[in-house]
Amino acid sequence: MATTTPVRKLTMARAISEAIAQEMERDPNVLVWGEDVGAYGGIFGATQGLLERFGSARIIDTPISESAFIGAAIGASAEGLRPIVELMFVDFFGVAMDQIYNHLAKNHYMSGGSVRHPVVLMTAIGGGYSDAAQHSQSLYGLFAHLPGLKVIVPSNAYDAKGMMTAAIRDDNPVMYFFHKGLLGLGWMPSDDLAEVHVPETPYTVPLGQAEVVAEGGDISVIAIGAMVPKALRARQRLEPQGVSVEVIDLRTLVPLDRQTIVDSVRKTHRALIVDEDYRSFGMSAEVAAVIAEEALEYLDTPVRRLAVPDVPIPYSRVLEQAVIPSVDKIVEAIQLLTR
Amino acid sequence: MDNLVTMYRTMCLIRRYEDQLAEIYTEGKTPLFSIAAGTIPGEMHLAAGQEPVAVGVISHLKQDDVVTAPHRPHHFAIAKGVDLRLMTAEIFGRRTGLSRGKGGHMHLFDPQTHFSCSGIVGAGFPPAVGAALAFSRQGRDNVAVAFAGEGAANQGTFHESLNLAALWKVPVVFVIEDNHYAISVPKEQSTAVAHNSDRAQAYGIPGVYVAGNDVLAISEAAEEAINRARQGQGPTLLEIETTRLYGHFQGDAEAYLHAGEKESWRQLDPIARFRSYLLEHHTLSEDEDQTIQREVEERVEDAVKFARESLEPDVGEAYRDVFVES
Ligand SMILES: Cc1ncc(C[n+]2csc(CCOP(=O)(O)OP(=O)(O)O)c2C)c(N)n1
Ligand SMILES: [Mg+2]
Repeated sequence: MATTTPVRKLTMARAISEAIAQEMERDPNVLVWGEDVGAYGGIFGATQGLLERFGSARIIDTPISESAFIGAAIGASAEGLRPIVELMFVDFFGVAMDQIYNHLAKNHYMSGGSVRHPVVLMTAIGGGYSDAAQHSQSLYGLFAHLPGLKVIVPSNAYDAKGMMTAAIRDDNPVMYFFHKGLLGLGWMPSDDLAEVHVPETPYTVPLGQAEVVAEGGDISVIAIGAMVPKALRARQRLEPQGVSVEVIDLRTLVPLDRQTIVDSVRKTHRALIVDEDYRSFGMSAEVAAVIAEEALEYLDTPVRRLAVPDVPIPYSRVLEQAVIPSVDKIVEAIQLLTR
Repeated sequence: MDNLVTMYRTMCLIRRYEDQLAEIYTEGKTPLFSIAAGTIPGEMHLAAGQEPVAVGVISHLKQDDVVTAPHRPHHFAIAKGVDLRLMTAEIFGRRTGLSRGKGGHMHLFDPQTHFSCSGIVGAGFPPAVGAALAFSRQGRDNVAVAFAGEGAANQGTFHESLNLAALWKVPVVFVIEDNHYAISVPKEQSTAVAHNSDRAQAYGIPGVYVAGNDVLAISEAAEEAINRARQGQGPTLLEIETTRLYGHFQGDAEAYLHAGEKESWRQLDPIARFRSYLLEHHTLSEDEDQTIQREVEERVEDAVKFARESLEPDVGEAYRDVFVES
């Protein structure tokens, strides 16, 4: 007799809103605010159903005043709230950056550890649907550059829930990035590898731990967010050709799990880093540096990177597809490295 | 007289254009809607219903006056005289477009008509102040007009720009087009004052509220503000009430609207009202109206045909224009 385990698949959007709802049940100090998080349920569904359940005193639609409402999370958290603040697209954070990088990120340090800001800032990232240069960026590398912010980028619904729960319970400011192409929105193409089993009871996925999502012996592909399912698809395609690909989902950029990267590269002797953020001075460069510092002598070939080639994301479909790493390009790059 | 008919024609052109785009936008997106699919992918914010704001104000501008527009830009672009073919090709992502396919519908740039727009809410105010500074320093009698929605009036850039423009006394006009909503959030839930025009007081400049989405009333208020600016008397803030006949973007289910709200806006369609007015005052005949409808249809068809027949950009285009190549 085959035993069946109960499987409850959730979209990533549902997983996020479930985590928030459960934490709001647990702790009356958890509040959500941002643009269109109430009646609309968040443009990307991350706050779906929360207004009906918790009311407008805890789920607050804000004016388009990002400096004010993101900055408000600083004062609110210092006085005991645990705010979750959504700003629709990461591309919009420019208008509120001072509150984030000079205050939210630094106050704990500048105060000698006496001030805490348990804040989650959540936002959508990524392109691939022709939303052009101001609505398609990833930009997590920008935030990871700034000391004092934890930076997390889940690639599937299980991690999305567990990492949101961990982020809300964390006493540090956490930047939570969800990729639009993983959310299971219906009106936007979504990779169904992201829609996985999600336990109903609350759980945490610890921040700062990468995961080896597929083992292999010939090459390590290190990815994050929407590049993880793409790497898995590339791995599958190369299997019949006898290329054994290990895929690492970083999940967290800050703090970065250097050990998992280094262990994998020491085993496979080859590394490809795949990133949807800009190529220079970002995630791919950081991971390459970690490998250079701690696994250089293990490498059989130079490290390669696939990322957006330092151009803004163009509107036209053909142009956009040319600059965002695809499964085809990942396959090609792996073949070049393992030949 | 002629002027009124010209305004009417431009309003009809805008409406025809937006209706046509709404239709084309669904191409390749049925039966299942996907924002990424079809002839025109990506977000699409249409301005049907808001024609009076663009036409009433921009009819007082010259070719080399500056307009900055928000994410819902087509009515402003058309009223400013942006080439319809090039704009449409851009929205189709073709190589013949204003930006050779790299900008798209929220990022239309046309130095010819001194027009630009942005997908970031509130982004258009500071550049308009800067353009006005350039005019005053260069001794030009030009004016800059920054258009944005009522939602944008809560953005820091709005308040900083009003103060800066008032301080510098530069020739700029700020226009808030109040269509009652910022995506799903009604103005009453986002704005502490009933009228954005009242905010002008805080910066010591005139603030004028224009009710009713009426192109003639808008034109009158705009003329005064633009003349003031041109004559060196500094900035004005206009708040113009209008209505959004499509959703925030195409595909918006608009579940947040009250029952009957949309219907009440449709019944006050500003173009139908202006047509009745012109017919009643014998400024326009039924025959002339039909000619206008035919003309605007042809112009839109021509632009769409041009866009459809244009090639997609070659991939190398993605790598050009990050920097100026001398
Ligand atoms: C800085 C910034 N914040 C948020 C958004 C997302 N957004 C796009 S349009 C919009 C509503 C704008 O409302 P309004 O200014 O009234 O213009 P309308 O859409 O009604 O024409 C929002 C919140 C954005 N594009 N930029
Ligand atoms: Mg509005």
